[in-house]
Amino acid sequence: MRNFQRHACLLALVAFLSGCGEVWNNPYPTQDSGKNILYSAFTERPKHLDPVQSYSEDEAEFNAQVYEPPLQYHYLKRPYTLIPLTAETVPRPRTVDAAGRDVPADSPRVAYTHYDIRIRPGILYQPHPAFARGPDGKLLYHGLTQDDLRDIYSLRDFPHSGTRELTAEDYIYQIKRLAHPRLHSPVYGLMSEYIVGLKEFAEALKAEDRALAAAGRQHAWLDLSKIPLAGVELTGKYSYRIRIKGRYPQFAYWLAMNFFAPVPIEADRFYAQPGMADKNLILDWYPVGTGPYMLTENNPNARMVLERNPNYRGEAYPGEGEERDAAAGLLADAGKRLPFIDKVVFSREREGIPYWNKFLQGYYDFSGISSDSFDQAVRISVEGEAGVSPEMTAKGIKLETSVGTATRYFAFNWLDPVVGGGQADAAARERAKKLRQAISIALDWEEFISIFANGRGIPAQGPIPPGIFGFRAGDAGINPVVYDWVGDAPRRKSLEAARKLLVDAGYPNGRDAKSGQPLVLYLDTTDRGPGDKPRLDWYRKQFAKLSIQLEVRGTDYNRFQEKVRKGAAQIFVWGWNADYPDPENFLFLFHGPQSRAKFQGENAANYTNPEYDRLFEQVKHMENGAARQALIDRMMAILREDAPWSFGFHPKDYSLHHGWVANLKPNHMARNGLKYQKIDAAQRERQRAVWNRPVLWPLGLMAALLAAGAAPAVIGWRRREQSRGRA
Amino acid sequence: MLAYIIRRLLYAIPILIGVNLLTFTLFFVVNTPDDMARMQLGIKRVTPEAIQKWKAERGYDKPLLYNGTAEGAGKITRTIFFEKSVKLFVFDFGRADDGRDIGHEIRMRMGPSLAIAVPAFILGLFVTISFALLLAFFRATYLDFWGVVMCVAMMSISSLFYIIGGQYLVSKVWHLVPISGYAGGLDAGRFLLLPVLISVVAGIGSSTRWYRTIFLEEIGKDYVRTARAKGLSEMAVLFRHVLKNAMIPILTGAVVVIPLLFMGSLLIESFFGIPGLGSYTIDAINAQDFAVVRSMVFIGSVLYIAGLLLTDLSYTLVDPRVRLQ
Repeated sequence: MRNFQRHACLLALVAFLSGCGEVWNNPYPTQDSGKNILYSAFTERPKHLDPVQSYSEDEAEFNAQVYEPPLQYHYLKRPYTLIPLTAETVPRPRTVDAAGRDVPADSPRVAYTHYDIRIRPGILYQPHPAFARGPDGKLLYHGLTQDDLRDIYSLRDFPHSGTRELTAEDYIYQIKRLAHPRLHSPVYGLMSEYIVGLKEFAEALKAEDRALAAAGRQHAWLDLSKIPLAGVELTGKYSYRIRIKGRYPQFAYWLAMNFFAPVPIEADRFYAQPGMADKNLILDWYPVGTGPYMLTENNPNARMVLERNPNYRGEAYPGEGEERDAAAGLLADAGKRLPFIDKVVFSREREGIPYWNKFLQGYYDFSGISSDSFDQAVRISVEGEAGVSPEMTAKGIKLETSVGTATRYFAFNWLDPVVGGGQADAAARERAKKLRQAISIALDWEEFISIFANGRGIPAQGPIPPGIFGFRAGDAGINPVVYDWVGDAPRRKSLEAARKLLVDAGYPNGRDAKSGQPLVLYLDTTDRGPGDKPRLDWYRKQFAKLSIQLEVRGTDYNRFQEKVRKGAAQIFVWGWNADYPDPENFLFLFHGPQSRAKFQGENAANYTNPEYDRLFEQVKHMENGAARQALIDRMMAILREDAPWSFGFHPKDYSLHHGWVANLKPNHMARNGLKYQKIDAAQRERQRAVWNRPVLWPLGLMAALLAAGAAPAVIGWRRREQSRGRA
Repeated sequence: MLAYIIRRLLYAIPILIGVNLLTFTLFFVVNTPDDMARMQLGIKRVTPEAIQKWKAERGYDKPLLYNGTAEGAGKITRTIFFEKSVKLFVFDFGRADDGRDIGHEIRMRMGPSLAIAVPAFILGLFVTISFALLLAFFRATYLDFWGVVMCVAMMSISSLFYIIGGQYLVSKVWHLVPISGYAGGLDAGRFLLLPVLISVVAGIGSSTRWYRTIFLEEIGKDYVRTARAKGLSEMAVLFRHVLKNAMIPILTGAVVVIPLLFMGSLLIESFFGIPGLGSYTIDAINAQDFAVVRSMVFIGSVLYIAGLLLTDLSYTLVDPRVRLQ
């Protein structure tokens, strides 16, 4: 019997280990080994996958592979360039007067702008049960009863699926969904200011929705196709027109976002059936698109899987890019059919340590770099160039760096009587300005980047980051209030200069010249944990250089937001990531009519300057060119002089990838980059086998230690039993 | 016995209402419905109208506890607390604030949580009781002394250290099991081995010391002396008499946690990427999803009450002197 038990245990162990394959720590099924699958991870579960609601980076990682708006960004070209995706061409805006007659773009008679979009014929949707039709041509799953849904838990449980051709109506349907009263599109407010008739359409939908609710059908499908939207017109099976109030050149960028991707009416109706939402069968969970991939598994607790869309039309890999792209091998696949990868598996990793270690073992194909692993991964050369460490080089790991289209800053609340600029008295305004300028000089962002960001950032000279039109490099682009141009680089002004400004502001040695009281300023921040203490101490130290006392008010993010919303925070740290690569998307952060406290806009500092506002109204409608640059330069000069922000830094993104991943180029605008990427699965398999050979001696050692530990106990036990027996 | 059970179940109702009220108060002291709306709608381009609409759709536009504008019972019933709490008592958890079905999520995640918690519980109980009996057997010897020292050392170390150390040694350096992840069916074994082992090892220190104390107390009693005087071996004395008589305090600690095994482990699930209920709770707290937090706290309370009831019932099984009336 004992022998049998031993053999059974041995057999179970062998069966268990044989399931692990050549390596034992492979977290993926052995049958997937060597397949053309890309492995990645996600930390936060996506909140929304409905293209009308989704607005965050982590959601775009999935949605942008599935949904296809009419336009996209060129994968390789910089500055970021819009190119057609499903559209035949990038639409040329046509400006017309109130009577509909064509007028020049700079004419004061411009009343509307027309965007005529023509999509390519022959594009098919991914296979989906919403399109499945029976032999009679009727949609199979559009009259489901509770009985039909009894054994349905995911889309896979529907035995049939179908497809259909993409038409212009699908794009119109999605634009209408922006105003859907039961959805909360974050861009509805903005778009209703521009798309003709969107507000009225939303009101009509609300009335329809109320009527349904009054009839006891509050969850019934709201048929958007019945109500016309004045600003969007179907001009053919494959063409449609969007009518914009006045001029809004940035609208083209929105046409590259999922808010303007097509949604088929069949999918909307399919998901709106009673009982579907109870089983999470909703568009917010299962996207339906025409893109290169389709979401086949959505278990955001564990993993999400994208698989090649069998109906994808195929797009060609770009044949041109930046000069250095050819040398980097990024043009080697020019003209080849996309996508290259069959399947992408995203695993949920809540903690950084397992994520990093699995990347090093070859189980993730790429990884970001946390502060903890920075020293292990990156070496900065004496010239200041970042490269991978010898350990990473030995593994063939490569580093990609890029400056993000984002800005981190210290904001001074314009409504604050001490640091703001809204005082009635001109002398008081001037004092506050000098104070802000002095603080801007004292805040040593170069040091901050070095200490807290491992050098991953470049000090900001204004709100516009590099790569966006309006940014000026070199001498012409520095902030003369804070920097001097010395040799071939900007140098932060001395503390003496800051102290002099402080004296001019009426605070010699950090004390109010009139009252003699020390100057105490208040910083609102969400940093309040033990890990944040060094950063908070650093802030205090910067102000202490000017003998200013800084009181830090740490709070949770909700309270912080509330204080900023009410204009109650004096100084605060915040940041902005670009929606699209246009200077307007940064300049509007200072536009008076978009004050956060007064109008709930995005101008969190509540800055206001009539000249700046006037220039902004001009700049936002202009095409990029010398005239626009000249106005932006003037606006920059105003901002630098007024200093409503201490312009912090533009973060630099560092990411690592294994040598078997190809065609990887950071692109901060395009999120649909998966289709361009390629992997060498055979090389990955070989490397994994080398890096993950099981080390067995510790098992033997542990067994020996356990035996050694148990031996005195066994001996002692026997002795006692024997002595008892003798007694 | 039946009357006792019914009485205990009735006692549970005010306890559950109290727990619910406490959770509600604590949650809304920290988060307002506006905060919850902003968390769900994002921080970019969110209009006050969108926030109002979000709250109205989910019933967060009503007063928290008392509705002064309503008539009669509506003053209490037309409040967020009443509307959100009353359905819990029939186990209708409703939808999370992001619109997803909470009941479905709980059903999906219960399996992975139990897959770790049950083996860790059984194995942990076996290991710690055996070790404690061994120490009791060698009481007042060097083995006992060093065993206790080891236990104190083990219980002084944070469980986070066991997790990170275990992942580093077993998965990263020795490549014996995956660092994190989960798979269904038989394949789950390789993902569960390390977390279960760490759960057991992390619990050895404190549990062994607790059981050792219980056993030492029993060993000093008269019936043990009598058993020894009868000539029984020490093994028989320990396993047949001491263990049996120490069952009441063991059950007090053990049975009460059995229902709570469903709730999962926050740290283990988070570090090992196990999609269980522990990580669900953590995600909900981070996302300020009151619907999920409320449901998980409610289930936790129900299970704890059930655990206490089961403990009392189990006393009658191991000790014939105990009668529940």
